[in-house]
Amino acid sequence: MPTTKTDRVAIKISDDVVRVRQLTRALSVEVGLSLVDQTKIVTASSELARNTLDYGGGGEVTAEIVEQGGRRGVRLTFEDKGPGIADIEQALKDGFTSGKGMGLGLGGAKRLCNEFSIDSRPGEGTKVTIARWK
Amino acid sequence: MDRIPILKFGNALLVTIQVDMHDRLATALEEDLTSKIVAHNSRGVLIDISALEIVDSFIGRMLDNIAAVSRILDADTVVVGMRPAVAITLVELGLSLTGVKTALNVERGMALIHDRLAGSEADDADDQD
Amino acid sequence: MAAQAGVGVASLVSRNEKTILPEWVELQKKAGILHTGRISEGELQSQSRNFLHLLHEALTQGGTDTSGAAYEPARAMLADLSRTRALQGFSPSETATFIFSLKQPLFNALNRDGTLSAEQIASTVSTSTALLDELGLFTLEIFQKSREEIIVRQQREIAELSTPVVKLWEGILALPLIGTLDSQRTQVVMENLLQTIVDDEAEIAIIDITGVPTVDTLTAQHLLKTVAAARLMGADCMISGIRPQIAQTMVHLGVELNVISKASLADAFAVALRQTGRAVVKTRRIEGFALPGKKSGGQDA
Repeated sequence: MPTTKTDRVAIKISDDVVRVRQLTRALSVEVGLSLVDQTKIVTASSELARNTLDYGGGGEVTAEIVEQGGRRGVRLTFEDKGPGIADIEQALKDGFTSGKGMGLGLGGAKRLCNEFSIDSRPGEGTKVTIARWK
Repeated sequence: MDRIPILKFGNALLVTIQVDMHDRLATALEEDLTSKIVAHNSRGVLIDISALEIVDSFIGRMLDNIAAVSRILDADTVVVGMRPAVAITLVELGLSLTGVKTALNVERGMALIHDRLAGSEADDADDQD
Repeated sequence: MAAQAGVGVASLVSRNEKTILPEWVELQKKAGILHTGRISEGELQSQSRNFLHLLHEALTQGGTDTSGAAYEPARAMLADLSRTRALQGFSPSETATFIFSLKQPLFNALNRDGTLSAEQIASTVSTSTALLDELGLFTLEIFQKSREEIIVRQQREIAELSTPVVKLWEGILALPLIGTLDSQRTQVVMENLLQTIVDDEAEIAIIDITGVPTVDTLTAQHLLKTVAAARLMGADCMISGIRPQIAQTMVHLGVELNVISKASLADAFAVALRQTGRAVVKTRRIEGFALPGKKSGGQDA
């Protein structure tokens, strides 16, 4: 999958969540996503950035414009070196939360994207990748 | 620190959210509204989110909290002006904000609050008879 | 090497253009291209002549590398031809025949040509076969792509055409749905309805599903999502026209439509009027008004 543009944003304080949203919006506009699709991936990016901050103890997001089979899309990869998630299946369920949110973060973000994958090991960290295609 | 201004409008409070809300701003708004409801003995809270491009679960939870707190303080909360794309996304996210009243715009929201006030005043009058 | 082979084929074409062109056109006619009624003989003649000319140019300048710059004009012409034929409704084989039927006349010319050795003939045959196969595949690829573009465009048009939001009264909208609801279409419907709610400042929207043949779990979910989104924006949604068998299926599937639903659009409209503080009142008695059955009896008398 060729990548035509890459940006990185560190997620360390709560203001960074806003910066992640703005970056995601800019890339979505550049790719030409519909307004609803833009809103969906920006919202998903907000959920995941907050997860990275609150549960992962901070981390980084890599935002890319990707191309596959003539379609363009936005792909975001959130990485942290936090405690990780032991039971991913449970974490994806609505209402599950180990923190102060509504427990919609992971499952909700998954529903808002075309692609979603999560890789996490307890003690090592978490990596979540999402994509939304035009 | 930045704060979102809260306007007093008769016996209601009006908040227009016009910035991309970061989490501390949302938490501050929740606190400010609670104290203003008590200070002004307000019966309604209008939150205009027509300028908001997204509402994520954090802001959703803030709206839910404001509605719950104001209900306890005997005030109605009406969220007005949510954009279609935001509404679709919130539903997909799994947030239906069932505890929050909604209206298309500020005018309709204000009418909603006044209707309820008129209704409850009529009830009070009945009680006195 | 490739350039040499190209020059070989090129000179073959230029020396025998007078015979290749009519034979080629004849073969295309034999394949029934004119019977489709979508192209005239004159057009076929000029298309064939043009292409032979462009092919000759390309062969001379760029050898047999069909992806090279020298082939740009020839490829552009083929792409244009493919696209036009896809739009006109030609079949893939009718379109590819244009290139593939050029082989025979080329080989005939080769056989008649006395100046070449057996070895040269063999190498020219293999070169021109490979060349025409590549161009033929290119034609088919463009054809396929054009067809896909047409399908996507039509899908979008159908989706837009079939979801009109109509205004019943000040602040009351209706969305009469017709046909099967898949998730892509539902998304368009949903966005369309919600945007109209904003534009018209509508308080109530009625989704009428009289024309929807089946409602499965997924469709029901989509409907419920639309209702929920409209509520978030401050508008009420009603559903009308649920057929008896659909109602039964929904109960069997365990789908709960947690929303006001009415048997007909008229019933829902009446509720909507009431909710917005309006009433329909009959202002005068219409003379001679009767039930349709009795009325026709009256006309007979």
